[in-house]
Amino acid sequence: MTDFPWLTVLIALPAVGALLVGLLPRENESLAKRAALGISLVEAVLAIVMTTAFKVGGDRFQFTEKYWWIKQFGVHWAVGVDGVALVLVLLSVILVPLVIIASWDEAGRSGGTDAAPPKRSAKIYFALILALEAMMVGVFAATDVFLFYVFFEAMLIPVYFIIGSYGGPQRSYAAVKFLLYSLFGGLLMLVAVVWLYPLSQEKLGHGTFMFEELNKMHVDGMTAKWLFLGFFVAFAIKAPMVPVHTWLPDAAAQSPAGALVLVVGVLDKVGTYGMLRFCLELFPGAAKWATPVVLAFAVVSIVYGAVLAIGQVDLKRLVAYTSVSHFGFIVLGIFAMTSQGQSGATLYMVNHGFSTGALFLLVGFMISRRNSARIDAFGGVQKVAPVLAGTFLVAGLSGLSLPGLSTFVSELMVLIGTFSRHRLPAVLAASGIVLAAIYILWTYQRTMGGPAREEVKGMPDLSLREKVAVAPIIAIIVAMGLFPQPVLKAINPSVKEGLARVEVHDPAPKITGNVAENGARP
Amino acid sequence: MKAEGIQAAAWLLIAFPLLGAAVLLLGGRRTDRWGHLLGVAMSLASFVVGAGMFVQMLGYDDAERRRTLHLWNFFDVGSLHVGMDLLVDPLSISFVLLITGVGSLIHIYSIGYMAHDEDRRRFFAYLNLFVAAMLLLVLGANYVVLFLGWEGVGLASYLLIGFWQFKPTAAVAAKKAFVVNRVGDLGLVTAIMLMFATFNSVDFTTILGTGTEHLGLAAKLSSGVATALGLLLLLGACGKSAQLPLQSWLLDAMEGPTPVSALIHAATMVTAGVYLIVRSAPIFEMSPDAQLVVTIVGAATLIAGAIIGCGKDDIKKALAGSTMSQIGYMTLAAGLGKAGYALAIAHLIAHGFFKAGLFLGAGSVMHATGDDVNMRHYGALRKLMYVTYGTFGLGYLAIIGCPPFSGFFTKDGIIEAAYNKGGTSGAILGTCALVGAGVTAYYMSRVMFMTFFGEKRWQEDVHPHESPKVMTIPLILLAFGSVFAGGFLVLGGFSDFLAPVVGESEEHGFNPFTAPGIATFVLMLAGVAIAWRQYGARPVPVEAPAGSFLTRAARRDLYGDAINESLLMRPGQWLTRLAVWFDNRGVDGAVNGIAAGVGGTSGRIRRVQTGFARSYALSMYLGAAIVVAALLVVNVS
Repeated sequence: MTDFPWLTVLIALPAVGALLVGLLPRENESLAKRAALGISLVEAVLAIVMTTAFKVGGDRFQFTEKYWWIKQFGVHWAVGVDGVALVLVLLSVILVPLVIIASWDEAGRSGGTDAAPPKRSAKIYFALILALEAMMVGVFAATDVFLFYVFFEAMLIPVYFIIGSYGGPQRSYAAVKFLLYSLFGGLLMLVAVVWLYPLSQEKLGHGTFMFEELNKMHVDGMTAKWLFLGFFVAFAIKAPMVPVHTWLPDAAAQSPAGALVLVVGVLDKVGTYGMLRFCLELFPGAAKWATPVVLAFAVVSIVYGAVLAIGQVDLKRLVAYTSVSHFGFIVLGIFAMTSQGQSGATLYMVNHGFSTGALFLLVGFMISRRNSARIDAFGGVQKVAPVLAGTFLVAGLSGLSLPGLSTFVSELMVLIGTFSRHRLPAVLAASGIVLAAIYILWTYQRTMGGPAREEVKGMPDLSLREKVAVAPIIAIIVAMGLFPQPVLKAINPSVKEGLARVEVHDPAPKITGNVAENGARP
Repeated sequence: MKAEGIQAAAWLLIAFPLLGAAVLLLGGRRTDRWGHLLGVAMSLASFVVGAGMFVQMLGYDDAERRRTLHLWNFFDVGSLHVGMDLLVDPLSISFVLLITGVGSLIHIYSIGYMAHDEDRRRFFAYLNLFVAAMLLLVLGANYVVLFLGWEGVGLASYLLIGFWQFKPTAAVAAKKAFVVNRVGDLGLVTAIMLMFATFNSVDFTTILGTGTEHLGLAAKLSSGVATALGLLLLLGACGKSAQLPLQSWLLDAMEGPTPVSALIHAATMVTAGVYLIVRSAPIFEMSPDAQLVVTIVGAATLIAGAIIGCGKDDIKKALAGSTMSQIGYMTLAAGLGKAGYALAIAHLIAHGFFKAGLFLGAGSVMHATGDDVNMRHYGALRKLMYVTYGTFGLGYLAIIGCPPFSGFFTKDGIIEAAYNKGGTSGAILGTCALVGAGVTAYYMSRVMFMTFFGEKRWQEDVHPHESPKVMTIPLILLAFGSVFAGGFLVLGGFSDFLAPVVGESEEHGFNPFTAPGIATFVLMLAGVAIAWRQYGARPVPVEAPAGSFLTRAARRDLYGDAINESLLMRPGQWLTRLAVWFDNRGVDGAVNGIAAGVGGTSGRIRRVQTGFARSYALSMYLGAAIVVAALLVVNVS
């Protein structure tokens, strides 16, 4: 089965599916939903089957395919995954069917809050979700930098339409803001990508965009710094990091909750994934040069994002700001350039996808009940809808890195990995654990605690459909909290190779060896 | 050495209550009818396993009593290896017996106490979750697994303080407890980071060694790193054990149901900080400075808690102040080094019994008086509640250190050990502990007299009655512990039992006829006498009098909340508001303004949407420019 073009199929299936769903008759919404769900489930099963064929410790990139695409410019349709890309592909394909289930009734209705816009076509919504899925798999699977860039930019289109057509009252404002931020970042990256071509001609003798060839180029000097910046700024916007984060809260506030799971849970990971893969491995010298400043911005993102989350009155904006804080941790781990930091950061990408995904889904369920995303529209929900409150608490506790739930392991690894090389940033970042407790538990207290408000009293608990959407994520959060090792086994070798490319080693411990036996303690 | 026999099944200790919690939480209302019974059964099952492990341990020689159990690889990256490992040794087994023993009694008591609560099943689920997490805390064989349990008990505590979520005060108290604890956790997490950077390990075996024969890497620590590690661990301990300056959550935590106050906020969880310090003894022993700070924190907290206990009319809060104070004694002892470790743990266990008994007794009184907690509404209850009166009385005699009850043996030992430390610090610490003993006698007598003696002060519609057997039998069993635990531990060679873990104490034997011993006894009598004059010999006013400056301060928890509010909360709120304003107006708005100026559409930009393409283009580039500029400025070379 190793010759089977796994990744091309995984990209093509939802892409074709999106077209099919889009072409279905508009009247038969239910058929479109079922088709979309069916396709996404087949996709998830295929990806899981592929994962079982992945050989940990084998070649770095597996399931590789390589065909000429634009021969004149050395562009290939080249795909393949290493451990890091694999777990992110899995994250994407597992979340999509759950998002479709969660959006079953909400899609086409307003994803917004107070004033409902006119009813929109549900089938197009699901078609866009599938299109987005194809591009998410593509962006993680691409091993040709130009192909990566194409997916990177193409992802914007479905998201733009999802926010712009299915969002809240200020959806067009948010959609354009999202598009412009992303496009400008993308343009900077385009310059850098195109620059790679003559550079590879010069260094390698033939022009190429193949990642595995480019990372042998040893670019340095000013060129490397400019190229690094071109990639980095694009990724920092996508991630997003302070100070280029302001598109996210607006996009979050207006976007339908289901799509938000994919935008924040997966799409934004392309930013941090890109930093780990391209910024570090293609331009190791420049990455080291930039490290102090990047670490500083990462720490600022952690603290600033968390403080802002505390101050929000809108649930979706709040979760968006918590993500800014979490992305700070991920960037910190990547640029700590230790194996613990980078494996932790990669694991963090996966864990954050699930725990924030669960939070957004639950927030979406809450909004659909009250037609408002404001925290003060709720209160005392625990009494009337205990299952909703309980799952919200579990997802929230994972967000605040409670040990035993998934995020903890990754956050601890990032902190340990950062501290072993950079003491101060790690200690400052650790303050995030106090702030996280405040923004999650204060939110829980105000929405779920206290006496039930009049408007909340008739609120139904989670329906079966909603439970089906959120239960698998909760199960994953608990399982990954206690058994992260299988995932780490896939991630570690890739991180190790990446670090070897950057030519850094983990710092040695201060105290080693054995203490003489029978030695007296002073 | 690897665990064998029953000890190889140590994971069952945790698995039983965890299973109970999972069944009760996932089973929902279907398990309402028998949920409490399952909860009790799971806790008892743990106790049986724990007792079996203890008996097995007694069959080993001292050197063989330290056993480890590897469950699975938690996470491995590079040189970081964290196993899901358990450690069974005399120290952890002592805690196992305390947690499962007292825990089971409190489970049984709760059947009666929570009988009328429609969410009793959920209550037992959380209690089971707590027991599982607490066992993981004391059994963990590395700092990460310890931290897993550490935060697990924090979660259980959060859920149980806020068990009556519909009470806004309970919801606030629960959050406060968790957040304040997280400040302490910051210390523990940073300690874990520093340990990895220093030793490339977080394992007890590597860092702490396997006893006095085989030292760990901690013995090679420089005093600077040792002090840093010690203070960071102490910060963690302060959060969990409600020691100054992180004490403020404990009094509010009394919002939880009374069995919770007994189990979590008196007998077990709040003593986890003491466990952490004693467990990390090899690190603290490398830094006399850190040890000194530990003793200072302990002494200051024991005085502060005692003062707070004097001012409270709420019976649970008076007892909570007392818990703070008693844990202060333990912390003080733990900071004294080898002379104090065994005493700290002995006092911890004795306290576990008598304080659980006192809290459950208070719960029984509340049960009788319609959930009234104000002692000014009690009085003369001894005539109506014999069992509660008797068991509470024995607990009272134990805590004030009346010979020959539990506290007499354990507390006297600590006071004496503090004086024996020598020097100015020894004299000051010893005197604090000595004075604290007198104040303890005073505030506990006050509780005793206001509740059970004097004239009845309850309302017409209150009809006090003795609690059902399911509540009184645990009280009686705990009272046994209050009477005998201290003497049994101190005279029965507990310090020898712990010696393989914490080292030999130089002091042997127990002699109450020393100067500090006699002074303690005299001060205790004085405390009781003053309390009798104020609250026993004359009627207690139903309305609290204005009180002296100190009383008013004690009622307000020595202004702990006021200090937190003005130093942390208010500035924090302002900072948050400023940040939100800045993010909306500053980061986005400044650029909007520039864009408006450039475009000549000033003032209309907010309303005219056509402007925002330009403004975000600019804001994006401004943001990017900041990043680029910072890179260039900082790294010109």
